[in-house]
Amino acid sequence: MERSLMKGNEALAEAAIRAGCKCFFGYPITPQTELSAYMAKKMQKAGGVFLQAESEIAAINMVLGATSTGVRAMTSSSSPGISLKAEGISYMAGSDLPGVIINVQRGGPGLGSIQPAQSDYYQATHAMGHGDFHIFVFAPSSVQEMVDMVTLAFDKADQYRMPAMILADGLLGQMMEPVTFPEPMKNLPDKSDWATNGHKKQRAHHIINSLFLDPEQLEQKVKERFARYATVEANETQAESYLCDDAEIVVTAYGASARVAKSAVNAVRKEGIKAGLFRPITLWPFPKTELQNATKSAKQILDVEMSMGQMVDDVRLATECRIPVSFFGRTGGVIPTPAEVLAELKKLAGGAE
Amino acid sequence: MTTELILAGFGGQGILFAGKILAYCGLMAGKELSWLPSYGPEMRGGTANCSVCISDEPIGSPLVTHPDCLIAMNGPSYVKFVNAVKPNGLILLDNSVVEETETRADVKTIALPATDMATEQGLNGSANMILLGRMLTETKLFDLDTVQKAMEKCIPPKRAHLIAANMQAVKLGAESK
Repeated sequence: MERSLMKGNEALAEAAIRAGCKCFFGYPITPQTELSAYMAKKMQKAGGVFLQAESEIAAINMVLGATSTGVRAMTSSSSPGISLKAEGISYMAGSDLPGVIINVQRGGPGLGSIQPAQSDYYQATHAMGHGDFHIFVFAPSSVQEMVDMVTLAFDKADQYRMPAMILADGLLGQMMEPVTFPEPMKNLPDKSDWATNGHKKQRAHHIINSLFLDPEQLEQKVKERFARYATVEANETQAESYLCDDAEIVVTAYGASARVAKSAVNAVRKEGIKAGLFRPITLWPFPKTELQNATKSAKQILDVEMSMGQMVDDVRLATECRIPVSFFGRTGGVIPTPAEVLAELKKLAGGAE
Repeated sequence: MTTELILAGFGGQGILFAGKILAYCGLMAGKELSWLPSYGPEMRGGTANCSVCISDEPIGSPLVTHPDCLIAMNGPSYVKFVNAVKPNGLILLDNSVVEETETRADVKTIALPATDMATEQGLNGSANMILLGRMLTETKLFDLDTVQKAMEKCIPPKRAHLIAANMQAVKLGAESK
């Protein structure tokens, strides 16, 4: 297949169109804007709808509406805009609606910076809104993976009827790398048993709703949803283990910081330090078993993030604190360098600083 | 082998475009590559830069901190990156614009009056391509056929008339002494 060169943001948009996304609702924000711009240019030609909403809140509720009718719909933003979407995402989860949300993260809190960050991990994986719920969280680390994961996110969202997020960052969104695209999807899942797309007086009403005034009934609903989450956790985790088999130090990192970490791992291997990289690809569900397997020979774990340390908690929980976990991070939009990670690895290995 | 480059200058000098042509050369040559721009409020008038990695292996961090090669098209960029270049690396600078003369003994520095050369040849705004051409001669990273193919792929059909002038500038740089 032909390789083309594209920015991560544009690749996300093209992949969504090819995955059969027919509605895009967004509101511009750096460093994600190229995604909206690409959709503005291409979506109508692909027979879909591009709409720049009046706000992020409007955009996510348009996704809620569109997905209710059974079409594939998406919105995208960056950190501050995602916070605004939190309410809508909770409503979608409470209404069992699929739909894809893209977060090209930037530094925070508040308006923060416009440079790459990973400080929305907690939000995405643990509290993407009020209430008892989860969403899929995929963490690509290359432009090609951004393409592959958009397709996967739409499929899994439909399969389990839950929202799915692509948790990217400004570095991945802005960089260009070679990519190949899949053929446009032709056969999309049948949603006729729940979608509100007109009953034509031939079937009972379908109701999309997240309000249950009877607590017993709501508890029942939430429990059913959690049974589904258990299936997701059992079947849908993904991770990459790189040189972990004999590794004495395993670096855990996702997304852009996993690329930095991989450079550092390759460099210390040349100096005889047995290091490996474990990269969660799904952040929720978190690949616990995969991490346990990857750290069988590990004496230490070094978690690297573009934050003050968020995923590090899930790493500790997954390994049940059996292995000491250190942390190295840069935040606010600063990207760690391979040299910095290398220095941390050498420190842990007991070498000279 | 991996070659890491930083291209830097004023917004509007075509720094990101020169980096893109280089990235497309990598694409046409079947290499692994990455292109990462600086982005933010520094677009016009201030300095812009991009990191380009060309490799036979998958690229790790796309952010270049210690380039093998620096192309500097203005003074502030030269000052910012001159000491980041790896020992035995290469620096190309446009000395029609860059007034700084401080050099490093452990890198090869080539000063070309690229902006003046472009103006003399009626190739206004092509100093970026002249420096790119000279860089390719020095590093042998890609041949001119690959550059031609890269431009045909990168430049949209409605702007295809610009390819000839850009190639002329690349050749001018490549053959400069």
